[in-house]
Formats: sequence, C-alpha cells, structure tokens
Amino acid sequence: MPVKVLILNFKIMKNILFTFFLAALFIQVFAQEKNMDYGNVPSVDIKTMEGKTFNTSGISNDGKPVIITFWATWCKPCLKEHEAINEVYEEWVEETGVKLYAVSIDNARSSKSVMPLVNGKGWTFDVLLDENGDFKRALNVNIPPHTFIADGNGKIVWQHVGYLEGDEGEYVEIVKKILKGEKFD
Amino acid sequence: MKKINISILAFGFLFFYSFNMHSQDLLSGGKVTGNVNVDAQVYSEDSKLGITDSTLNYKKFGMNGFTNVLYSNGNFNAGLRFEGYLNPMRGFDSRFEGAGIPYWFASYKLGTLEMTAGHFYEQFGSGLVLRSWEEWTLGYDNNIFGFNAKFEPIKGIMIKGLAGVQRYFWEPYETNSRGIIRGADGDFYLNDIFKSMSESKTKITLGGSFVSRYEQPVPKSFTRDSVYTTIEHGDTVNWIKKTTYEFNLPYNVGSWAARLNLASGGFNLYAEYAEKSNDPNATNNYIYKKGQALYSTISYSTKGFGLSLSTKWIDNMSFKSKMNEAGNPPMLDINYLPAISKEHGYSLASMYPYATKPNGEAGFKGEVIYTIPKKSLIGGEYGTTISLNYSQANSLKKERISPNIPEDSTGTNGYHTSFFSIGDLPHYRDFNLLIERKFSSKVKAKIAYYKQTYNLHVIEDDIFDDEEIVQADIAVLDLTYKFSSKHSLRFEGQGLWTKEDEGNWTTLTLEYNVSPAWFFSVMDEWNYGNPENDMKIHYYNLSFGYTQKSNRISIRYGRQRDGLLCVGGVCRYVPASTGLTITLTSTF
Repeated sequence: MPVKVLILNFKIMKNILFTFFLAALFIQVFAQEKNMDYGNVPSVDIKTMEGKTFNTSGISNDGKPVIITFWATWCKPCLKEHEAINEVYEEWVEETGVKLYAVSIDNARSSKSVMPLVNGKGWTFDVLLDENGDFKRALNVNIPPHTFIADGNGKIVWQHVGYLEGDEGEYVEIVKKILKGEKFD
Repeated sequence: MKKINISILAFGFLFFYSFNMHSQDLLSGGKVTGNVNVDAQVYSEDSKLGITDSTLNYKKFGMNGFTNVLYSNGNFNAGLRFEGYLNPMRGFDSRFEGAGIPYWFASYKLGTLEMTAGHFYEQFGSGLVLRSWEEWTLGYDNNIFGFNAKFEPIKGIMIKGLAGVQRYFWEPYETNSRGIIRGADGDFYLNDIFKSMSESKTKITLGGSFVSRYEQPVPKSFTRDSVYTTIEHGDTVNWIKKTTYEFNLPYNVGSWAARLNLASGGFNLYAEYAEKSNDPNATNNYIYKKGQALYSTISYSTKGFGLSLSTKWIDNMSFKSKMNEAGNPPMLDINYLPAISKEHGYSLASMYPYATKPNGEAGFKGEVIYTIPKKSLIGGEYGTTISLNYSQANSLKKERISPNIPEDSTGTNGYHTSFFSIGDLPHYRDFNLLIERKFSSKVKAKIAYYKQTYNLHVIEDDIFDDEEIVQADIAVLDLTYKFSSKHSLRFEGQGLWTKEDEGNWTTLTLEYNVSPAWFFSVMDEWNYGNPENDMKIHYYNLSFGYTQKSNRISIRYGRQRDGLLCVGGVCRYVPASTGLTITLTSTF
C-alpha cells in the first residue's frame, strides 16, 4: 500500500532527521574537540624596559607557543614562580622553542626597580612593563601571579591563577601538548 | 500531523544551521571574556578584640564583589564592570554600599587612532600630573568618565587627549558637583623619529603633559585675628582685630610635566618634573602656593648585578577634581604621587608601611641586587642572591612667609621652601637586607632583616612632630622543602621588636602545597610584647585554597589584626575582625 509506505518513510525520515538534529546540537554544544579558546592576545600599548611603547599584539614567537606571566616586584609567589622557571628556562627553550614574556604590573613606585631586579637575578626571559594595568585589565587578571599560554597563532588556550611550588611543570607539559596538537584540560 | 512534525524538525534543523552560520558571519572573531571576584566575610563577636554585634553595627556579613565582561571584535572593544558591596566589608567606606555598574566603555581603533568613550583608566608619564587607576583590595577607583583619544601620527610619536569627570562612590556627576578634567600628553621616542638615531644603542624618549581642572568654586571665607596694642591712660591694652576675608578661588587649575627616559645598554635614567598652579584645597589648608615635584631614577644592571638610585621631591602636589575633598578613603585624585620605599611581602615587614605625604616630602631610595654565581665557593651549587635596600623620606625645609604669619596659614602663600630642600623631621626610614639561597633541589631558604623608623604622628595623624616615632627591627626566616615535584612544605618565622606602639610581635606560618591545586596553611601572629596584658593576643588563622586553572576558591577562618593595607603608597585602614572569609576568583 503506497500510503503505508509513505507513512513508514516519514517515520524513518523523521527518525533520521531527529538523530541528525541531536547529533548536530551535540557537536555544536558539547563535543568541544578543540582546546579552550580565550581569544587572541589583546592589542594594548605597554612599555619595554627601555621605555619604548610596545603593542601587545606583537607578542609572538615564530609560530611557536608563548607563555605570558603577570607579576610584580612586591609579589612573593610571582618571584618564586620566575625563579623556578629561570632554572629550567634554557631547557624549555631547547626542547620546545617556547618564549616567555613576564609582564610586570609594578606602577611608577617600583617599575624602575624591575630592570635591576630582573638582571640582578639573572633572568633571561623578555620583560614588559604594564604600569597602569591596561594589559592586565584586557586579560581579566584579578591578582598576580596569573599565567597564560598562547598557541603558535597567538590564541590563548590555557590560563592559571596563583603559583604553587612545582606549577611550572604543568606549563611545559601544556606547551608540549600544543606542539603535538594534543588536547588538554 | 506527522507531516507537520517533519516540517517542524526540518525547519528547526535548517534554522539552527542558518542561524549558526549567520551569527558566525555577524560576530566572526568576536569574543566575550571576563572575570569574577567575590570576597565574603561572616563576622563573629570577639570579646578579646572588643567586637560585639553593636560595634559591628549588626552588619554580620560583608561582601565585596565584581564582574568584568569584555567584548572584543577586531578593532572594536566594549566592556563593563558590575560591582556590589552588600554590605561593604569592614574597613570599606559605607558610601560604597549598594550595587551597580560604575565602569563601562566602548573603544574603536582605526589605523593609528584609538578612541574610547565611557569610563577609562589613563596615566601620563609616571602619573605626577595624571593617573586614573583602580586597586580592588584598596577599594580605590578614580576612573574618568568621558572621552579618551590616542593617536600615533608617525612612528615614535604618541599623542593622547582626554576630558571627563571622575568616579565618586556611586554619585553620578551633576552640574558643579565636582570638577571637569582635561589633559593632553605627548610621548616622543627619538630613535624612531630620527633615522640617524635608529641604529643607536642609546634609546631616548621625551614626553610632556598638560592637565587642567575646571570647577566652579563654592563661595568661601575665613577669619584671621590680628593683635595690636594701644596705650590708654598709661596702660597697655591688647586688642584682637577679627577680619573676615573672602577667598578668590581659581576656576581653572593647570598642571604640567616634562620627562626624559634614556636607556643605553645596562644604564637607564628617568626623570620627570611637574608643576601645578595655585590650587587652594582641603588637603593643603587652602594655601595659594604653587606645587612642584621631581621624580628621578638612575639604574645600572648587568647579568647578576643591579643597582638603582631614586629621588623624589614633592611640594604641595595634592591634585583632586574637587577642591573641598580630602581625607579617607582617597577619592577624586587626578595625579599619583608614588611612595619611595620598597613594598614588602612579609606581614610584619609591612606592619609599618609608608604612604606619600602630598603636602611635602623629600625622599631617597638606593637598591643593590647581586647574585653570587652558581657553583662558586660562596654561591654554592645553585647561586645565592643578596638584595640591599635603603629608603628614607623627610619633611621639607619650610620658612614662614612673614614673621607674624604661621606656616600653612589659610589664604596665604603658606610658606617658603627652596627647590630640593630637605627638612629635619624624619617621616620614614627603612633599611633591609634579603639573602636567598637554594641549598639543594629540595631545600630553599630566605633570610631577611629590616630596620624601620616610622613617624606615627606624621604618617597616621598628619601631626608634623617627632613625639611618636616607632623604631622597629624585623627578622624573617622563610624555608621551603620540596618532597616531590608537586608536594612542598613552607615554614615562615618572623619577629618584630620595638619598644614603641604595640611592642613585640612574632608570626609563625606553616603552608602545605600540592601543585597545581591545593593549599593549606596555619598561621599565628602573636603580639606577645603588648604593654597591656589583655592585648597580648594571638591572631590565628586557618586557611585552605583550591585552584582549578583560572578558578580559585579560598576559605580562611581566624582573627585579622588591624593595620594599614597599602598598594603603591596608597593605604587603607583595615580594622581588626574575627570570622570566616571566603574568596572566589575566576577568569573566563
């Protein structure tokens, strides 16, 4: 009976459509196969230690991942974090090619002490000065230390607030996963 | 029936996809980000600290919170901050009570021109004539509501201009309720401007700013007594003549600054000079003297060694967008006068902090950092870092403008002082030494010593004498032991010794960390040397925290001592309290 066939077809079609619909929804909403996307590194004018204006959209590393840390000379855990990274930084660069930008949020009171401190401690990463917290606000940083990792395209894919002894181990793991194209939490 | 069902489904399917694609076209690249921070406190009665329900004004719960939401799409950015103080936590002004949106903006960048409308933060030079900024922990926010433009006509030149009114708690701007500020700033990076300098190792930046405030003055008068003597019937009679004067207050107050930054290899020189025209106001006791400020730093550093020397000299530089505004919390500041002393992280070292005296101070700071190389005899296997720091702030040398008129007399020029004069009255001294050494892959140690002189009358009460000076010695031992790459224990022992104020203190802290998530700590701050036996109090605290990427929650229970919480030389008084504190912070 043609009518019955038609009805049957409708039933099948309906089921197929419904399944598609659900699957589409699921893929759109839940199955985030990709890593988190916190947007690109925002474009804000801050300064280099030499006093030159530097736009933060220029934070890049020839297609390799970048770590951005927010710190201040008066922030104890921040100093700990950078001391710990400094010990392994050369290894990291050799292994992964990663580049670290340490953004100081020291204001005019202590921003002139940043360069003597960085050199005095023998840190070798790039340091930028965000005296009035413009870059900090653009990245929604509440309190330092706050660490971001951007992939080779300048897209921020990971962030972490605070610093506990040993946290730097996770940073380099994330960088390695980005390089391998693996998913991470 | 079934037909309809299918068509609904088909329609839904198509609609879902078309909408999805459509919205991607419209908002491609658009991104919403933001953060949340909530501090909540439940207060308990504490007979030891004299805290009862009535001293708490029956406000047993305090909560300060904010949320920022930012939208960015290519060259367009917009954002807002929602704040709530329900009720304000102890130590925050009750005028903050309530909730609302004190900050929102939209900005657009076209080529090298960037325009912002709404609320914004801005800083010219080091801030001596203009800085709007926020510091949540202090409850400090002097954002400007108006227009802000930045323009880079050629590479190396950055011009900024702005006009607006400042935030005052929750009070919206109304005609004449406060001043309007206007400002312009130019920054010139010579190595980009002049081709001949592009290869030079010496990098020079020049800059200049101009800021003015318009405010319709409220008519104001003051009375001055003058004494004269007559001889009547052979007797000497003293008379007091009272004269009332009307203030002739300025509608416009201008200020300007010029600055230089010179960097060459490891050398760096920064100097900024600022002046302000006559601005009688509530902070300077309504004197007509002009204001002056100089802030400069010279530093030299090379790998393993850093040295810097700074001087600061300020005279009558309080600049607010309302002349009658003074006191705490500091509101409507147009400029920023940084404190010169080092900001300390250890609690007892920051018990006696310094805050800038805008009416006048002469300061100096010297700093040396040296890292003894790794694998040397003294440096040990991992190297040792030594940091030495000394800072001081004194009064200015002031002279009367006339023998009969006391210093700072309202309606006069106040006093005479020569540029860069240094007075005899110490405001603050701080000598400190920090040695950091890693002994093995498991053990790290820091020891620190501080010697501080704190003029309590000057810093806390604005009484300019040397009757109440606190001399404190502080020592810190900070040890970290790493059990494994993720587990570590930290011990911190601190002592503060003084014969003045509240006497001796000791603090012990134990902290256990499990990277990257867990944190537990116990702490006891004990005022064992308090001259009053009842006040030899233990300020104990138990806390734990959990971090999950950019989410963090921490819970603390215990007593908090009263004291000054300072960031960047701006301080907030925090009263003593007992109770439970929950802090939630998240960035998305």
